[in-house]
Amino acid sequence: MENSAIIKINDLVKTFPMGKTHFTALKEINLTIGRGEFTGLVGPSGSGKTTLLNIVGSLDTPTSGEAWVLDHPVGKLSARQAAQLRKEKLGFIFQSYNLLAVHTVFENVEFPLLLLKISASERKKLVMDALEWLGLTDKIKSKPPQLSGGECQRVAIARAMVKKPSLVLADEPTANLDAANSHNILKTMLKLNNELKTTFLFATHDEKVINYLKRKIYLFDGKIDKIIDQEGMGKQQNFN
Amino acid sequence: MKTAFKLAYRNLIGAGLRTWLNVFVLSFSFVVIIWIKGVLVGWDYQAKTDMTNWEIGEGQYWNRNYDPYDPFTLADSHAPVPDQFREEIEKGDMEPLLLVQGTIYPRGRMQSVAVTGINPGQDIFLLPTHKLDTATDAVPAIIGALMARDLDLSKGDYFTLRWRDARGTFDAKEIVITDIFSSNVPSIETARIYIPMETLQEMTMLEGEATLLTYSDSEKERPEAEGWVHKSKAELTSSVDELIKTKTVGISVLYAVLLLLAMLAIFDTQVLSIFRRQKEIGTYIALGYTRREVVGLFTVEGAMHSLLAALVSAAYGLPFLAWQAKAGWTLPMDASEFGMAMAQTLYPVYSAGLVLSTILIVVVATTIVSYWPSRKIAKMNPTEALRGRIQ
Repeated sequence: MENSAIIKINDLVKTFPMGKTHFTALKEINLTIGRGEFTGLVGPSGSGKTTLLNIVGSLDTPTSGEAWVLDHPVGKLSARQAAQLRKEKLGFIFQSYNLLAVHTVFENVEFPLLLLKISASERKKLVMDALEWLGLTDKIKSKPPQLSGGECQRVAIARAMVKKPSLVLADEPTANLDAANSHNILKTMLKLNNELKTTFLFATHDEKVINYLKRKIYLFDGKIDKIIDQEGMGKQQNFN
Repeated sequence: MKTAFKLAYRNLIGAGLRTWLNVFVLSFSFVVIIWIKGVLVGWDYQAKTDMTNWEIGEGQYWNRNYDPYDPFTLADSHAPVPDQFREEIEKGDMEPLLLVQGTIYPRGRMQSVAVTGINPGQDIFLLPTHKLDTATDAVPAIIGALMARDLDLSKGDYFTLRWRDARGTFDAKEIVITDIFSSNVPSIETARIYIPMETLQEMTMLEGEATLLTYSDSEKERPEAEGWVHKSKAELTSSVDELIKTKTVGISVLYAVLLLLAMLAIFDTQVLSIFRRQKEIGTYIALGYTRREVVGLFTVEGAMHSLLAALVSAAYGLPFLAWQAKAGWTLPMDASEFGMAMAQTLYPVYSAGLVLSTILIVVVATTIVSYWPSRKIAKMNPTEALRGRIQ
């Protein structure tokens, strides 16, 4: 695996059983993503972007081929090893926020640190730093049902970022947000990417997100259709 | 594990009313189980104490022919008091009793009784035997309140007693009731009259003889005595143990129903939680839990109901249980109908063992019913769970 590569995928195939047959969601995917990238898997519904994101996030396993994430072969990890990788190195941001409804904002952001068994004083400092970054210090005692969609997503970003992960996986992070909130959220993530050098990998078909991506990996029908760098078509790579 | 407890606590408290309903139902089970068990322990303690004070002392020697369940054996159930017990009797640490079959005729009716000869100066039993040391024109006798009630007898009433002496000759005398006592021991109150020992020995021509020897020193080594059978306190109170055991089995059904109701509530909550909280389960996994750890979290969460219930029980149960221990529980029916040592008011006795064992049973039962539905999580697909899809 290349030193600068954080994700390397070779000949990855993913099929799902469908009655007596199988549905192939990902077909022969080959892909490398470097450290510090702000990249997105772009494509319509059913193109396989969320499936690929789940495999990279060690929430799912490939049917064949291999996927290396932070030097870990995610398809071959035990449940405990996969959980360890997610706990220590990965951050997740979901379309519907997936906050713990009965916990306060502080407790939601604190959650990943609890799993890492960080001391109470250190946890408090890290959570407050993250909330300050995202402008949520006045909401620490609020619970998710009391927040707006934009605030919820900012809490989700704080939760993903609080442990300073190497890689953040964001699945349609702006799908439930209005344009203004979407831009705010994306600017925040871009800032985190620039300042903390955290790698971001999105799965999206939202134009607002696509415009912020430095690299766009287009998926269609389970295959990589093309890859476009920020600079434009000049660096376009076609797979068809 | 500490993290699981912390998260489970947050989830439970955050769930609000649903949690507190379960906790209250469970706490009710705690209090009722401890109270009922306490009543049984209190009854056991009271019955044995009453039997010790009124009937059996710290143990007895029975004449080898004596059978308390066969009144016909009374004719032959007597023998001279062995010399080895003389000193103990003189010191007042042992009391001989002579039992003779007799018939009384109160108010023109006929009633078979066991005539019991007892030393008026004894202090092993709580019987008011000093009332036998009364100068009257008839033989002074004391009887129990149950017999007095059944035969409509009062203090100062006279009636005729007929008995057979050692030679088998019938004789009769007038008896006067000098006192009526009330114990919680039906066997000493029913069909029994107590008259002075010397008088009975004289009436039956059985001077120096006895049927039972009751001692008050529980520490002393008890030797064998020829013609007498030693009965320890444990043997003499075994009938109480048997009855308590029978009652405990019966009441266990009530515990089971109470626990079942509480467990059903917890089980339902768990099933509903797993059904409703799929997205949350997926989130736990995405954030670094394994599925087995999520099963553990949900199990701890369910089991924690019982710990909260223990705290809630302490809040309202402790004052209630303490009040019951002091005021007692008065039986709604006549206690004498039970036919054995039982007070009309029972005072529950609670031990640390009773409380801890109850807590342990409830916690273990709650943990099992919490774990059972949680196993489903181990089979969940995390990516489906994250989307909240029903699996």
